[in-house]
Amino acid sequence: MPEIRVTPLGAGQDVGRSCILVSIAGKNVMLDCGMHMGFNDDRRFPDFSYITRNGRLTDFLDCVIISHFHLDHCGALPYFSEMVGYDGPIYMTHPTQAICPILLEDYRKIAVDKKGEANFFTSQMIKDCMKKVVAVHLHQTVQVDDELEIKAYYAGHVLGAAMFQIKVGSESVVYTGDYNMTPDRHLGAAWIDKCRPNLLITESTYATTIRDSKRCRERDFLKKVHEAVERGGKVLIPVFALGRAQELCILLETFWERMNLKAPIYFSTGLTEKANHYYKLFITWTNQKIRKTFVQRNMFEFKHIKAFDRAFADNPGPMVVFATPGMLHAGQSLQIFRKWAGNEKNMVIMPGYCVQGTVGHKILSGQRKLEMEGRQVLEVKMQVEYMSFSAHADAKGIMQLVGQAEPESVLLVHGEAKKMEFLKQKIEQEFRVNCYMPANGETVTLPTSPSIPVGISLGLLKREMAQGLLPDVKKPRLLHGTLIMKDSNFRLVSSEQALKELGLAEHQLRFTCRVHLHDPRKEQETAVRVYSHLKSVLKDHCVQHLPDGSVTVESILIQAAAHSEDPGTKVLLVSWTYQDEELGSYLTSLLKKGLPQASS
Amino acid sequence: MFSSSPKACTDAEGRLFIDRPGTYFGPILDYLRSERLPTHHILEVYREAQFYEIKPLVKLLEDMPQIFGEQVARKQFLLRVPGYSENLELMVHLARAEAVAARSSAVLVCAVRSEEDAALCADALRILEGEKRSVVKFGPWKAAPQVKDLLDCVKMDIEARGYQQQQEEIATKKLRLTKPSKSAALHIDLCKATSPADALQYLLQFARKPVEAESVEGVVRILLEHYYKENDPSVRLKIASLLGLLSKTAGFSPDCIMDDAINILQNEKSHQVLAQLLDTLLAIGTKLPENQAIQIRLVDVACKHLTDTSHGVRNKCLQLLGNLGSLEKSVTKDGEGLAVRDVQKIIGDYFSDQDPRVRTAAIKAMLQLHERGLKLHQAIYNQACKLLSDDYEQVRSAAVQLIWVVSQLYPESIVPIPSSNEEIRLVDDAFGKICHMVSDGSWVVRVQAAKLLGSMEQVSSHFLEQTLDKKLMSDLRRKRTAHERAKELYSSGEFSSGRKWGDDAPKEEIDTGAVNLIESGACGAFVHGLEDEMYEVRIAAVEALCMLAQSSPSFAEKCLDFLVDMFNDEIEEVRLQSIHTMRKISNNITLREDQLDTVLAVLEDSSRDIREALHELLCCTNVSTKEGIHLALVELLKNLTKYPTDRDSIWKCLKFLGSRHPTLVLPLVPELLSTHPFFDTAEPDMDDPAYIAVLVLIFNAAKTCPTMPALFSDHTFRHYAYLRDSLSHLVPALRLPGRKLVSSAVSPSIAPHEDPSHQFLQQSLERVYSLQHLDPQGTQELLEFTIRDLQRLGELQSELAGVADFSATYLRCQLLLIKALQEKLWNVAAPLYLKQSDLASAAAKQIMEETYKMEFMYSGVENKQVVIIHHMRLQAKALQLIVTARTTRGVDPLFGMCEKFLQEVDFFQRCFIADLPHLQDSFVDKLLDLMPRLMTSKPVEVVKILQTMLRQSTFLHLPLPEQIHKASATIIEPAGESDNPLRFTSGLVVALDVDATLEHVQDPQSTVKVQVLYPDGQAQMIHPKPADFRNPGPGRHRLITQVYLSHTAWTEPCQVEVRLLLAYNSNSRIPKSPWIEGGEVSPQVETSIEGTIPFSKSVKVYIMPKPARR
Repeated sequence: MPEIRVTPLGAGQDVGRSCILVSIAGKNVMLDCGMHMGFNDDRRFPDFSYITRNGRLTDFLDCVIISHFHLDHCGALPYFSEMVGYDGPIYMTHPTQAICPILLEDYRKIAVDKKGEANFFTSQMIKDCMKKVVAVHLHQTVQVDDELEIKAYYAGHVLGAAMFQIKVGSESVVYTGDYNMTPDRHLGAAWIDKCRPNLLITESTYATTIRDSKRCRERDFLKKVHEAVERGGKVLIPVFALGRAQELCILLETFWERMNLKAPIYFSTGLTEKANHYYKLFITWTNQKIRKTFVQRNMFEFKHIKAFDRAFADNPGPMVVFATPGMLHAGQSLQIFRKWAGNEKNMVIMPGYCVQGTVGHKILSGQRKLEMEGRQVLEVKMQVEYMSFSAHADAKGIMQLVGQAEPESVLLVHGEAKKMEFLKQKIEQEFRVNCYMPANGETVTLPTSPSIPVGISLGLLKREMAQGLLPDVKKPRLLHGTLIMKDSNFRLVSSEQALKELGLAEHQLRFTCRVHLHDPRKEQETAVRVYSHLKSVLKDHCVQHLPDGSVTVESILIQAAAHSEDPGTKVLLVSWTYQDEELGSYLTSLLKKGLPQASS
Repeated sequence: MFSSSPKACTDAEGRLFIDRPGTYFGPILDYLRSERLPTHHILEVYREAQFYEIKPLVKLLEDMPQIFGEQVARKQFLLRVPGYSENLELMVHLARAEAVAARSSAVLVCAVRSEEDAALCADALRILEGEKRSVVKFGPWKAAPQVKDLLDCVKMDIEARGYQQQQEEIATKKLRLTKPSKSAALHIDLCKATSPADALQYLLQFARKPVEAESVEGVVRILLEHYYKENDPSVRLKIASLLGLLSKTAGFSPDCIMDDAINILQNEKSHQVLAQLLDTLLAIGTKLPENQAIQIRLVDVACKHLTDTSHGVRNKCLQLLGNLGSLEKSVTKDGEGLAVRDVQKIIGDYFSDQDPRVRTAAIKAMLQLHERGLKLHQAIYNQACKLLSDDYEQVRSAAVQLIWVVSQLYPESIVPIPSSNEEIRLVDDAFGKICHMVSDGSWVVRVQAAKLLGSMEQVSSHFLEQTLDKKLMSDLRRKRTAHERAKELYSSGEFSSGRKWGDDAPKEEIDTGAVNLIESGACGAFVHGLEDEMYEVRIAAVEALCMLAQSSPSFAEKCLDFLVDMFNDEIEEVRLQSIHTMRKISNNITLREDQLDTVLAVLEDSSRDIREALHELLCCTNVSTKEGIHLALVELLKNLTKYPTDRDSIWKCLKFLGSRHPTLVLPLVPELLSTHPFFDTAEPDMDDPAYIAVLVLIFNAAKTCPTMPALFSDHTFRHYAYLRDSLSHLVPALRLPGRKLVSSAVSPSIAPHEDPSHQFLQQSLERVYSLQHLDPQGTQELLEFTIRDLQRLGELQSELAGVADFSATYLRCQLLLIKALQEKLWNVAAPLYLKQSDLASAAAKQIMEETYKMEFMYSGVENKQVVIIHHMRLQAKALQLIVTARTTRGVDPLFGMCEKFLQEVDFFQRCFIADLPHLQDSFVDKLLDLMPRLMTSKPVEVVKILQTMLRQSTFLHLPLPEQIHKASATIIEPAGESDNPLRFTSGLVVALDVDATLEHVQDPQSTVKVQVLYPDGQAQMIHPKPADFRNPGPGRHRLITQVYLSHTAWTEPCQVEVRLLLAYNSNSRIPKSPWIEGGEVSPQVETSIEGTIPFSKSVKVYIMPKPARR
């Protein structure tokens, strides 16, 4: 029984270190290779020893696919390829290929330089790892080998995020990675065609949430920034370098443009600037508006947003500053925050989630007095606002995608178990498909019934057509032919053609049987009697009496002969071909019963 | 004569013998004796005189009209026709040769007047020769006489030779038609074609030119003939498509080719050709909508081919069924069981075809049936619902449409909800389904679905309101939307004071079982639609919201928040659309303060369109509190300081804001005017636009709030007086204490006065129309008098201005016509009237102009008025023809004019055939009676007839349309008074911003042009881009464009005039020929402008080119 096996090494009933093994029709594919933000020990990376204890990974995996550049989807890649050792192909989209090494390098720097970890991957390893990457375009079907093919679909979420369809023969699996079903200011919505995969592996971060329209939040955000700037205040927006930062930039940039505002907007330099560069390049991956206005102007070539310099923070007058990192725990954003916190005109807008213990989390939960290092207390007088812009699909969005792809079964990953439970129930109830939610290391086995395409020869088909009615789905019909299997493809041809093609001589198989009849009369008369008897019984068949005294029913030959010893017994010689087996045996049994007593 | 001639001989006795009959010798003798010219038998006498060589007599006789025409001029003419006598010989020769076998023979005479004609008929001649017909060709020649004259000559000469002539008339007719016949040319080409590629090439060439209705049949025969012979499917395909095009030719009845078409259809093997042939049949079928038998036959053919294996053929069959499938009434009528099939059933079966294109075609066919008035069965609904989950977007898109149609047909039927026992109304169910399609995978379907939602007004309000509610939740707990929170904050009195963290935290737990994620139908459809990635979908959703909100006030209230959100869309078009939508539904809503705040935030938008749209919106919104008014005022003033150009628009906006909310403005007055109960405050600057804006608001509020003036300080009253004078359109008349009510009589009295003035208008028009029998003098006076009345009325009553102007223009035309016909010239017979006709021709010209104005400058003109206008124009044309006939010598130019005029009459008849019964006794009515006679008469006669008819024709009553407005335009920018010249370098271009408002202009994008007149009289016409027109309100348009001025090398500062023109094209009524639609579009069709009417005052712009620096 063919089957699809799925084992999450990470992201099974969990968020972080996405890594899913899929085995489909004998091909093994690894989807994503992420790290976990929450751990600093071995649990940080997926347990690759699950794949093989002591063989080369390359022998066990046909390919690795990376859905997008977030570290929880690609963070373990250099470790996996260079340190564990994998030499096979790694597939990702072009933007991911471009941005991924920057983030990995950044991650490496923090881990090694700041935290002083040893035995971590090096810059060179990142470079070597990226050499194994094969970049794919959207909707491009890539043949990994003769049988395995993959295809990328747009997923929204972040620049270059993609959903992948993995297909072997007629079996297929779709892996969504992270995706977003509502467009935002710089990216479009995820889209997939009705590809009807056997299995859809989807993320379920917001399995139990239905989100409000983005417009309200955007409007609120803009209004707040605008008000603060009009008051003459300074606005600090701590962001992560990639993703939301660009969305907010576009939002503010267009707003400034529309409203003719003059206050400067700054963007803290470094990583973000590099990232913006890639956004500029991969304009085709953005949404309709940006793609359309691209001819006049690249939206990522910001007119109002300039690079930030440390000295600007003390400039008088209103300004807006985007600064990293996003949780206000260190770096430039914290420095600026400390400078501005004392003035009630100023404002800080937290555009995302903050981990417990960070300054961001503290001020969001309403703390007004912060203890900084060196016992000094910082009083926060500035306004604190929270604004969540998330780029994951909500429950409705997930359902919408399931509806679009029409899979045979669904598997949930990248979410909390409790929330998945709800969504699983909903999916089973509303789509009537099986839904799975394996934990890490747990294997889901999915029996499939792959269809095997058989080519039928035109001659045979036409002959069949000529015989009777048009084909009807509801009424199966019998078709005689020869199945030829050659180079893993099947053809159904007529037997004559098969003989000819295969260079075989035709053999005929005939069955012969003697039936003894008590009949004192002459052979000829017996034959006549047999003839008339058969004619009366077999009304549907063609019964003939040949001049040489033999009787034929279709292709069955009956000859009567006198018994050599007993002249009162006649021997009927019945002979039929293999094809007419049914009729032949019927006839024999009929004759064995004897002829009816003739009137004469 | 006797000197040398061998004519004379002597007889035996030496007497001269002259071998002539003596019959006509008498007159000659008479002449010789008394020099008297003969009066009879002049021709014969002339011949005798020639014989006797009596030169003086010959000369005298030649001067006599009978001979002059026949002999001299004719000879002169024939001498200039090359090869005339040879041709004549040839003719006789040919005729004789043919007549050997029969007693008569036919020789075709081809007379071509000019070189072009000769070139044109060369092909035809070749064909005729190919057919071994005897043809003799005359011409071309370079003399004045026409073809007819030549034919007369030929006739005479042939008769002179003793041959009898028959069918002379037919012969001439034929000769007149020797334009190149398409059929013949095509035939030749097809015969010549050696390869299919050649033949295809010829056919393509052939298809470029239109075919006249008369020759269509011939062409069709040739095509069919070739079709049977042709083996190449591509040529057959082209022929089939040509057949289709040909059968669309106006004036050709295609039933004669139907049999052939069906015939070839049966033998055709190629699927492509089959599909094309079915298309041709469709064209034929649609051309003959009345013929039931044909329709049934075609439907049969279509049904037969429905099982074809090619999708193209099935597609066409379904299309045919959709277009021609019999309507229900014929089913009941046909008692004899003439296979009237259940078309719907047949089409419905193909909803499950394996090819998506066929499925789409089936749905389209069904929709077509619906459009033709066939009532679809309700059973289709379920079938269509299944198609909603089709794999192909075009199928889904069509299915959505079908569901919509069915839901409109059976809104109240009850359908069960699957997997439950409940039942709901069909329209609700359909609404839910279409809502679901708003989150379809294909944006085309999403647009379609969002659009259709707007027109489903019967849907229950319960379902309607679901569309705006997504049923938010967070971690399985119900969450309130930002809108709800905003509303709550507002109602609790706390407003926009900074939101607290965790404010949007979810509250109540929800039951997991009750949450429906997919099949919740309408749930949140608009939320999705408004958030869509594609702006097309968003616009469609906004439009749908608008339509639904207009019909349901409660829904309007609910969707307000969403519309306000759309004001921040990234695409300007969407923002604008939502502002307009909001304006349209503003009657149903009152803005909350927080909503107003969001709305007003958009006032800072840098796009002028957005701001102006917003001003319009504020003009008609209801504000609930005085804070709201204050907020609006503050924001508007901010807007004013930021964009001073918005001044007028803002003032206007405040005017309406004030007059709508007098009670809310009242408590604000002291603050606004910064008055103090005890102290006098400084007098504000009267020229400050912001101060004026405040005053406009207050004065308009004070109009209906009598207590307000008490709060004014002295200078306010002074300012009032000033503003009332300078900005009277913004400041209303107030009932101020201690002041005279200067103009109070005017404004309140408009309403009661309206009726009498309308009555007056009616009466005066009726008076005019009843004046059939007055004497001309009286008529004229009455007309003049009425026109004056009407004009005055139009000035006084702006509501009636359109009607009054319109009728006055018509009467003026009538007056001009009457005046022209009163001219003395009609009674003068001789051509002495050249000078006097000036007036008449000027009148004709003016009438023409006026009729164009009437037709194109007024909006709301209906068909019945158009008839009258066209009729008037026809009269003017007749007048023109008559005047020309009388002022020009010679018949030649008249010929063309006559023909043109008759064509126009014919055109008139075709266009307005339905209205002809209303035109009893009119000019055209009589004209059409005499039409057959006119067709055959000579121009001079035509003119005579026209003249009498024109004088006898009665005066047509012009029915007044309900709503009629005269198009007008005002150029706001450039203002024209500027002394600052526009400087630019000579020889280069300078851009001039033009900003104008247009009122009551229909389709301004294609009609309004800008004209620039340069000082040297040169005029330049500029076609503004369609995007330059904005539509701020009903009946109003705004043109904001740039005009590029340039002129070669001119260096003096001077003034350039700019004005707006209304371009028209009276041929727009002519149905386009199928040839142009089908084939290559000839470029001149689209941009044809027949004439222009200036409809704005021209503005002078001072321009100063600087000499170019070297």
